[in-house]
Amino acid sequence: WNLNVQTKSKKTLARPGVKNIVLVEGVRTPFLLSGTTYADLMPHDLARAALQGLLHRTGLPKDAVDYIIYGTVIQEVKTSNVAREAALGAGFSDKIPAHTVTMACISSNQAMTSAVGLIAAGQCDAVVAGGVEFMSDVPIRHSRKMRKTMLSLNKAKTLGQRLSLIGSIRLAHLSPELPAVAEFSTAETMGHSADRLAAAFGVSRVEQDEFALRSHTLAKKAQDAGLLQDVISFKVPGRDIVSKDNGIRPSSMEQMGKLKAAFVKPHGTVTAANSSFLTDGASAVLVMSEEKALAMGYKPKAYLRDFVYVSQDPKDQLLLGPTYGTPKVLERAGLSMSDIDVFEFHEAFAGQIMANLKAMDSDWFGQTYLGRKSKVGTPPMEKFNLWGGSLSLGHPFGATGCRLVTTVAHRLQKEGGQYGLVAACAAGGQGHAMVIEAYPQ
Amino acid sequence: MAGVRALGVLSKFTSRRYASLSGTRTHVNYEVKGDVAVVRINDPTSKVNTLSVQMQTEMAEVMNEVWANNAVQSAVLISSKPGCFIAGADINMIQACNNAEEVTKLSQEGQKMFEKIEKSPKPIVAAINGSCLGGGLEFAIACQYRIATKSKKTVLGTPEVMLGLLPGAGGTQRLPKMVGLPSAFDMMLTGRNIRADKAKKMGLVDQLVDPLGPGLKSPEERTIDYLEEVAIEYAKGIVNKKIPLRKEKGTMQSKLCYYIMSFELVRNQIYKTVHGKVMKQSKGLYPAPLKIIECVKTGVEQGPTAGYLAESQNFGQLAKTPESAALIGLYHGQVACKKNRFGTPQREVKTLAILGAGLMGAGIAQVTVDKGVHTVLKDTTLTGLSRGEQQVYKGLNDKTKKKNITSFQRDSILSNLTGQLDYSGFENADMVIEAVFEDINIKHAVIKEVEAVVSPHCIFASNTSALPIKDIAAASKRPDKVIGMHYFSPVDKMQLLEIITTEQTSKDTTASAVAVGLKQGKVIIVVGDGPGFYTTRCLAPMLAEAVRVLQEGTDPKKLDALTTGFGFPVGAATLADEVGIDVAAHVAEDLGKAFGSRFGGGNVEVLKTMVDLGFKGRKSGKGCYVYQPGLKVKEVNPEIGEILEKYKMTPNPAVSSDSDVQYRLVSRFVNEAVLCLQEGILNGPLEGDIGAVFGLGFPPCLGGPFRFVDTLGADKLVEKMRRFEAVYGNQFTPCQLLLDHAKDSSKKFHK
Repeated sequence: WNLNVQTKSKKTLARPGVKNIVLVEGVRTPFLLSGTTYADLMPHDLARAALQGLLHRTGLPKDAVDYIIYGTVIQEVKTSNVAREAALGAGFSDKIPAHTVTMACISSNQAMTSAVGLIAAGQCDAVVAGGVEFMSDVPIRHSRKMRKTMLSLNKAKTLGQRLSLIGSIRLAHLSPELPAVAEFSTAETMGHSADRLAAAFGVSRVEQDEFALRSHTLAKKAQDAGLLQDVISFKVPGRDIVSKDNGIRPSSMEQMGKLKAAFVKPHGTVTAANSSFLTDGASAVLVMSEEKALAMGYKPKAYLRDFVYVSQDPKDQLLLGPTYGTPKVLERAGLSMSDIDVFEFHEAFAGQIMANLKAMDSDWFGQTYLGRKSKVGTPPMEKFNLWGGSLSLGHPFGATGCRLVTTVAHRLQKEGGQYGLVAACAAGGQGHAMVIEAYPQ
Repeated sequence: MAGVRALGVLSKFTSRRYASLSGTRTHVNYEVKGDVAVVRINDPTSKVNTLSVQMQTEMAEVMNEVWANNAVQSAVLISSKPGCFIAGADINMIQACNNAEEVTKLSQEGQKMFEKIEKSPKPIVAAINGSCLGGGLEFAIACQYRIATKSKKTVLGTPEVMLGLLPGAGGTQRLPKMVGLPSAFDMMLTGRNIRADKAKKMGLVDQLVDPLGPGLKSPEERTIDYLEEVAIEYAKGIVNKKIPLRKEKGTMQSKLCYYIMSFELVRNQIYKTVHGKVMKQSKGLYPAPLKIIECVKTGVEQGPTAGYLAESQNFGQLAKTPESAALIGLYHGQVACKKNRFGTPQREVKTLAILGAGLMGAGIAQVTVDKGVHTVLKDTTLTGLSRGEQQVYKGLNDKTKKKNITSFQRDSILSNLTGQLDYSGFENADMVIEAVFEDINIKHAVIKEVEAVVSPHCIFASNTSALPIKDIAAASKRPDKVIGMHYFSPVDKMQLLEIITTEQTSKDTTASAVAVGLKQGKVIIVVGDGPGFYTTRCLAPMLAEAVRVLQEGTDPKKLDALTTGFGFPVGAATLADEVGIDVAAHVAEDLGKAFGSRFGGGNVEVLKTMVDLGFKGRKSGKGCYVYQPGLKVKEVNPEIGEILEKYKMTPNPAVSSDSDVQYRLVSRFVNEAVLCLQEGILNGPLEGDIGAVFGLGFPPCLGGPFRFVDTLGADKLVEKMRRFEAVYGNQFTPCQLLLDHAKDSSKKFHK
C-alpha cells in the first residue's frame, strides 16, 4: 500500500481489448560532443553499436525480432536506410526487414510509436526501435549549378560537349551547400526562433542559465551515482573504449553569464551554454507485446501507453510541442498532471523549456491558443528531468526520444513511481508526448 | 553609495507619480524605468500618430520634464500603437495655414524642436515599430539612436515629395549626413518606403529587433513591450558608453563613398546628375523635387544655418503651390476610395472564379490569390491556361527574388490557385469575374454557362472596358447579381478598379465587389452604367484627337512629347500601343456609334488599317512604335507613315501650336469627364479625379480633370474650347456643367 498510488486517477492504464505493449530494455551509446572520439565513424556504426549493446544486454537471439525501425534526421546519403545497414552490421538476421523514419528531434519517438503500432495491429510481436545522429560528418553538397553541370557531363557524348561543360564551370559553382540549419518553411534557424520564443514569454537570461546549470548539475550527479544505466560501453575502432557522456560540464552562473548571445545579436538571451550542443550518439529499445516478453522470459521495465503527436505554427510556436502535447496525452490517458511521478522533457534550449513551462502556467495562453478553460499547469520541478537532459547529456537529434523513454522507465523503477510522461518539441513546429506506466515490480 | 541608490529609488518613485498625476496629457506620456524615461506616444483620436499641434505641445512638455528630471539619464521614444510609430506631420495643420509665411513658421518650429532633440544632453533612443514616415522619420533621425522592429509594418521614408512638399523639419539637412548624398536623394526624391532591414544596411537605423510570436500576451502587444525592454537596455548602454553612438567600422565601400563625397567636384556632379534626372522625369512640372535638391545643396555647401533657412522657406512656398494642393487632394481622394461606402456585404467572398486566363484574367488572379482567397482560373484551352498560371507564378516568384516573400510563402500562396478548363467546383464560387473576349455574344454565352452551375448567391462580374453592363446583364436570370469590374492593365501594377453598377445591381452586390477590390489592394471608384462608363469614355475622345493630330502630320514621338510635357506619365501614342490598337479601334467604333460625332476627330480607319496590318500595339510587337524584346529605346514604326499619308489631313495653323495641340487633347478628356458628372455617371468630382489619375494617367500634378478646371478656371478652358469648336465643330462644345462653372467663378468642384 503506497499512499501515492491511492491518490491516482486510475490504478492502471490497461484497457480491455487493447494489447499491453512493454519496453523490455533500452540502451544507448555514450553521447559525445560531435568531432570528438566518434569523429571518424559513420552513422550506421553508432547505430550498430547501440543494437549490439541491446543484443548483449538482453541476450536476444539475433532472429527473434520481427522488425527494426530507426529514426534519424540528417541522412548520410550512402546509408539512407540506416536501419537496414545497422541491423545487418550488428549481426541481426538478414530476414528481418528494417526501415528508417524521420521527424526531426522526435524521430526515434516515431520509431518507437511505429513499433507500438505494428504490435497493436497484430503485425509483429517484437520490434527493435532506435535512433541515431552523427554530426561529426554531414553531407555537404556541391552547389545546384555544379550538380547540374556534373549530371549533364554524365550524359555528354562527345569530347567537345564535355569540354564545353567543364568550361562553363565558374567560381560560383564551387561554393558548397551545407545541410540546412534553418527551418525550410520560415528560413529561421532554431536557435533564433528559441530566442524569440524566450522573449515572447519574458524568459530572462538568468532563468535560462539557471536551468542549464541545473541540467548539468543533475546530469553530473546522476552520472557519478551510476544512474545512467542505459549507457553501454563502446570500443571505438582505433580509439579507446568510450563509456561515458562527455558533454556534462557543470559551470557557474558567472562563467555562463560571460557568453555572448549566439543567435539574436547582440541583445538575445540564447547562448551556447544554455542550448543543447551538436552531439553524436545512437539509442535502441526492445519493444514487445507483454505476452511475448513474458513468454521469452523477460521482465519488462514499463508499459508504453497513450501517445500523441501535435503540430503548430512553425514560425512563432516552433518549440511549443510539449505545451500542446502534454494536456492532450493526459486527457487521452484520463490522468491529471498530479498523477505523473516522473517527467522527462526534451531540453532543446533552456529558453524553450522555460517558455513551455510559462505557457503551461498561463491562463491566457491556455484559453487563447489551447482552447482550454484555464491553464495546463506546470510539472513540479522536483519530478522534472532529475537525471539531466538534452542540455547536458547531449542531443543526437534522431536518438533522443529513446533516451527519454528509457530514462522514464528507469526513474519509475528507481523512484517507485507509477506514471511517467515524455514530451518533446521538434523542428517543423511538431511535438510529441507519451505516457509510460511502470511495470509492477 | 547606498545613499545615492536610495535617493535614486525615491526620485524614481516621485517622478513616476508626478508623470501620472499631471494626467491632463492625452497624446504623450512618460514613465521612468530605472534611470530611463520611457516616452510613449499615442493619439487616442486616430489609428495613426501624427505630429499634430497637440502632439507637439505635449511632446515639448514631456521632453522638458525629462531634461529637468535629475533621476533620468536617458530616454526611449516609443509608440503604444501597434503598426505605427509616427506616420508624419498632420497635413490638415499645414493646409490650415493661410499663407506661405505661416507654413514656414511651422517648419521652423519643427526644426527647433528636433534641434533640441538632436542636442539632448541625455541620449534618446527612438524605438520604431510600424510606419515611421515624414515628420516621424525626421524625429527619429534627430534622436541619438534608432532601433526598429523587423515587422513587415515597419517602414521608414520621406513621402513628402509625393504631396508636393519636402521634409521640412530638418530632414533635408540630416538625411544626407546620415545615409550619404545618393541615398538621401533617392529617399527624398522618390518618397519610397524602406523596410527595416534595408534601413539598417543604409545606416538609417542602428539596431534591429525581431517581432515576437504569442507568449503571455498577443504578438503585437508583446513585440512593443520587447522593443521597449531592448531599447531601455541600449539607452543604458549608451549612457555607460558600452554602446558607441557613431559606428567606427564601416564597409570599405561606405568609407570610399565618404571619401569621394568630400570633393566638391564630385558633389557638384551628383547635384547635376540628380537635377537632370528629375527634369527628365518630371518635365519640370513638379517644383518639390527641385526644391529638395536646392535645400540639400544649400545645407551641404553653405552650412546648416543657410540650409535650415532654405528648407523652411521652400517648405512654406511649396505648401502653397497648386501642385501640392493637387497631390494632397489626390492623397485624400485615395484614402476616401479605399473605403467601402456600401457597407459590409452579407457574405465574404472566399472563392473567386475567373474566366479567361489572358493577361487580365491572370492579372486578377495574381492580386487575389495572395489575399487568402481561393482562386479558380478557368480557360478554354490548355495553352491559354498554362500561360495564365505561369503569369501568376512569375508574379510571385519575382517577389521571392526581391525577397519580399520567401519561396515557401510563394508555394503556400499558390496552393490557393486552381487552374481548370471546365466548370467543376463552380458551385462553391462566391463570385465569378469574366475576362473573356470583348464580344457581347461571347459574354452572353458565358453568363448563361456560369449561371447554370453556380449557387444562387454567386455574383457575376464582368471585366469589360466598354460594353454596357446592362447589355451583358440582359442575358442573366438574376441581373441584381451582375456588376462590372473594370481592371486596368497590368492588373498587379495599376491601382485603379472601376466598378460599374446598373440600375438593377443590388447594393449588396456592389458592397461585395468593392470589398473584393479593396482586398485586392485597389483604389476604387463606383460609377454608373453607360457606354465606356467613366474612364474609357474620357479616354476615347482624347485618343480620337490624338489620331487626328497624327493625321495632321505630327510624328508619334512629337505627340508623346507633347502629352508627357503636359504631365501625362505616358504619351498618347505609347498609351494607344499599351492599351492595344485593336482595343482602341474597337472602343472608338463602339463609342462613336453610341455618342455620335462628338467622339469623332481622327479617322477610325487609321486604327483599323493598323489592326489589319497586325500593328496591334506592344503585344504584337508593332503599333505606333516597333517593340523589340530587350531593347529599351523604341523607334517609330516606319510603316504607319504610309497609313497616315493615306489619311492625311491639313492642320489649321490657328489651332496647331504645341500648346493648342495639348489643350485639344486635354480639353476633350476634361469635358467628357465633366459631362460624366453632369449625367450622374460619376458619384462626385473626387472619384472622377481619382479615376482619371490612377486609371488613365491624367497628370497627377494637375490633380485630375476636376481640380484642373478649378485651378485653371472653367472660363479659360471654355474660351479655348470655343476657339477649337470654331474649327472642328461639336467635338469641342463645352458641356452645360462646364459652362455653368465658367459663368460663375465661385463654382468649384473641390471646396
